Order: sequence, then C-alpha cells, then structure tokens
Amino acid sequence: MSYGTALSACRALFVRDFSLVWRQRGDALNPMLFAIMVVVLFPFALGPEPNALARIASGTILVALLLAGLLSLDALFRSDFEDGSLEQLVLSPHPLPLLLACKIAVHWLTTALPLLLAAPLLGELLYLPRSELPVLLAALALSTPLLSLIGAVCVALTVGMRRSGMLLALLVLPLYVPVLIFAAGACNAAGQGLPVLAPLLWLGAGLALALVLAPLACAAALRISLS
Amino acid sequence: MSQFLSMGGYGGYVWSSFAIFAIVLALDAVAPLLKRRRVLRDLRGRARRAQKRSEETA
Amino acid sequence: MNPLVLWFHKLGSPPYFYRLAGRLLPWLWGLGLISLAVGLYGGLVLAPSDYQQSDAFRIIYVHVPSAWMSLFIYAFMAVNGFIALIWRIKLSETLAMASAPIGAAFTFICLATGSIWGKPMWGTWWTWDARLTSELVLLFLYFGVMGLYQAIEDRRQASRAAAFLALVGIVNLPIVHFSVNWWNTLHQGSTVRLFGPSLIDSRMLWPLLVMAVATKFLFAASLLSRARVDLLELEAGKDWARQVALADGDAA
Repeated sequence: MSYGTALSACRALFVRDFSLVWRQRGDALNPMLFAIMVVVLFPFALGPEPNALARIASGTILVALLLAGLLSLDALFRSDFEDGSLEQLVLSPHPLPLLLACKIAVHWLTTALPLLLAAPLLGELLYLPRSELPVLLAALALSTPLLSLIGAVCVALTVGMRRSGMLLALLVLPLYVPVLIFAAGACNAAGQGLPVLAPLLWLGAGLALALVLAPLACAAALRISLS
Repeated sequence: MSQFLSMGGYGGYVWSSFAIFAIVLALDAVAPLLKRRRVLRDLRGRARRAQKRSEETA
Repeated sequence: MNPLVLWFHKLGSPPYFYRLAGRLLPWLWGLGLISLAVGLYGGLVLAPSDYQQSDAFRIIYVHVPSAWMSLFIYAFMAVNGFIALIWRIKLSETLAMASAPIGAAFTFICLATGSIWGKPMWGTWWTWDARLTSELVLLFLYFGVMGLYQAIEDRRQASRAAAFLALVGIVNLPIVHFSVNWWNTLHQGSTVRLFGPSLIDSRMLWPLLVMAVATKFLFAASLLSRARVDLLELEAGKDWARQVALADGDAA
C-alpha cells in the first residue's frame, strides 16, 4: 500500500484546511473584529488626547493582537478533534510534526495575517507615530508566528477538554511574556529614537528556534493528550 | 522583650513575613492529612461495597 | 542484579514506597522542625542587626530560602516529569505532581515576603524588578501545571500532560529571566540592590544556611506525605491499598 509523499500530504492538508476556513469565512474575521473592539475601548477609558494615546499606541496594539490570537487558538484543533480527523492525522504514516507545522501555518495565515494587515488602521485610531509604524509591523510579523507556534503546543495539551478557555490562557501567558517584552521593546526603542535591531533580532532568533522545536513539542503533546 | 518584638521599628513587617511563612507551610503540611482521611474513607467504603456484593452473589 | 539497581526497582513499586515513606516521615518532620527552630532562633535573636536595614533584613531568613526552594522544587518537578515521560514510572509521575503545590506555596511565600520587605526598603510594595517578575511568572507556571493536572480526567494522562508542561516551562524560565532583565535595564537602569556587602558577616550567614536546610527537610516531608496519599488514591483498586485502609480503620 502506498501513501504518497510527505509533500503531497502537506499539500492536501493545506487545501483541506483552507477550504474549511473559506466555507466559514464569517468566523475567520472574528479575531480581527475583537482586536478592533479592544483598541477602540482604550480612547474611551483614557480620554481622547492624541499625546497620551500615541504614547501607549504600540503597546496597546500588541496586547490587543496577542489577546485576539489567544481567542482564536482554541479553534486550532477543536473541529478536527470533534470529527476525529485529528486522530487520523496522528495515525498517518507521515511525520506528525510536519503535518502540524502545516496546520499551524494555515492557522497563522488565516487568523494572524488579517490582524497584521489591520494593524496600520489600528495605529491610525490611536495616533501611532509614523516613525514607529514600520517597526511595529516588523515586530508583529516576527512575533505573531512565534505566538501561534508557542500557543499550538499548549493547545495540543488541552485538546479534548470541554472548556479549556481560561486554562489555556493560564498555560500560554507565561510563555508569551518574553515575546511581548521584545516586541514592545522594539516599538519603545523606535519611539525614543534608539536602535531597534537588537530586539527584532532576538525575536527572529526565537522564531527560528520555535519553527524547529515547536512542531516537535506540539506532536509530543498531542500524542500525550490523545493516548 | 518589647524591644525584640518591635524589631527596631520594623516589627510589623518582620513578624507578618514570618507569620505568612508559618501559616502557608502549616497549611501545606495539613492538606495531605485531610486528603488522607478522605481517601481512606473512600477506600473503606469501596471495600465494604465489594464485600456486600460478594456476599449477595454467594 | 546490582543491589543498587534492584533497590531502585523496588523503590518504584507503590506499596514498597508507601511503607518506606511512612517510616521516613517522622524523621523528616523531626529534623525539619528542629532545624527550623535553630534557624529561626539564630536569625531572629543571635544575628546582629544590619547597619543599613536595621532589623528589617531579618525577613531574609524566610524570603531567600523560599526563593531557593521555589526554583529547586521546579527543577525537581521537571526532572521527575522527564523521568515520567521517558520511562513511564508511576512513582515519578506522583512525585512530580505532588511537588507542584509545595513549590507554589514557597513561590507565594517568596513573593509575599519580598513585597513586605520592599515596602520599608524601597518604599513600594512592588517593583518590576527582574527577579520579582521572574518569580511571578514562575508562580503562574506552577498554577498552569496544577490547573492542567486537575482539568484532565484520567489521572495518569493528566500527570503526563502536566509533566510535559513543566518541561516546557523550564525551557521558558531562563528566557523569561533574561528578557525581563533586558526590559528592565531599558526602562529604569539599575534597581535597588537587594544583597549589599553587609551580608557577608558569618553571624548573619549561618542561620540562612540552616533555614535553607530546614526548608529542604520540610519539603521532603510534605512531598512524601502527599505522594503517599496520591499513590493510595491512584491504586485504589489494588489489594495493598485496601489492606492499608482496613488496617488504618481498625487502628482508628
């Protein structure tokens, strides 16, 4: 019996996941809507002075996107677990970390990428200084995949639980702290006119590490929670 | 003695720290004892039920 | 077989461990309480007061041993979690999960006493100092491990998942510490130094070391009594657990 190559399995997984998202395209926009709502709430709470808002703009956007990503994490394996295809994935002869990496990539492309595109709009709402915008976008481009990869490991541990929302947040947030620190550090440095390369490089190093290790850890965690 | 208790004016801070240390560790020590009581009661109940069932079938 | 290896295999069997721990427990409690009394007497009475911090420095005798224990217990938990995941030894799973609440307790003591100490010394209950922040993240990691363990129905699967999380956390911990250090220096420069050179005096040092030993004994005692109960619960269907319960019922 032949199984096809690992590459063709990945392609099939990509096509399947994308078409699933496309059929429920309304849901796919929810994280973005959530992030916009969070950001809109801040001027109401802090007052509409441009100076005050500009000072906290980058940090607020980072936290809003982090929370929106956290909200969408839960759905990463949910439907696959419920219809049993997750177990098929685990049983498949292809390397599980590779398949999971594909799933995480699709998840990032469909939830985090729209958020990234919305970031300039959110920046405009909070009077983000123009000089900070490219740095914010670079920090987001490096940190959102990192957040998705780290989050996927924790989701794999809680898969199969009825209500995992609060627990998932508890598991994920300590792991998110360094990512948030470096991303916000880059934005703050840009605001003060300091060099921004070092924190961005740290984020890049973290991303390179997570790209290799997180799918492996995710596969190990999934095998534990499906055993 | 009162000089010892006042700890050079920092008595409140020092004694509350030591009290937290003592209380938390005491709770930590008592928790397994309480759980032990509960587990043993469960186990005895389980044993009784098993005995009753074997008497009924006999 | 090598007698040491044989003993190790025997230790892994729950009934043997249950009996052995039961015999060790009074000794551990006794040694722990004696060294605790010696350490407290040395720290509160014998040690001279600090020339800068006066008597407030005495908080060090509960704060620093707790901080050491919070890290030591996390390492212990992660090592046992590693053993549990690789060799699937039931005793290691139990030990790893039993140590989590004790570690959380010590982390909480460390944070609470640190903030009480900070009030007279720094003038504030909390600063975003690198060590304090790392300790707070450590507390969340403990809560995460305990929460995951509670949330999964199957006990053995729960302990394996939580052990895995503990391992992920131990990779994360140095990264958190490094990043918070970096973040803190970016924001406010050097913070108040906790450990001045005044600490070197040996009359101040020995009670601290005695307290460190005392907390180790207390941890071991609490760990063994927790592990005993957990094993009893885990093996509720087995013969030895029923015998233990019945014997205890006759005595009571």
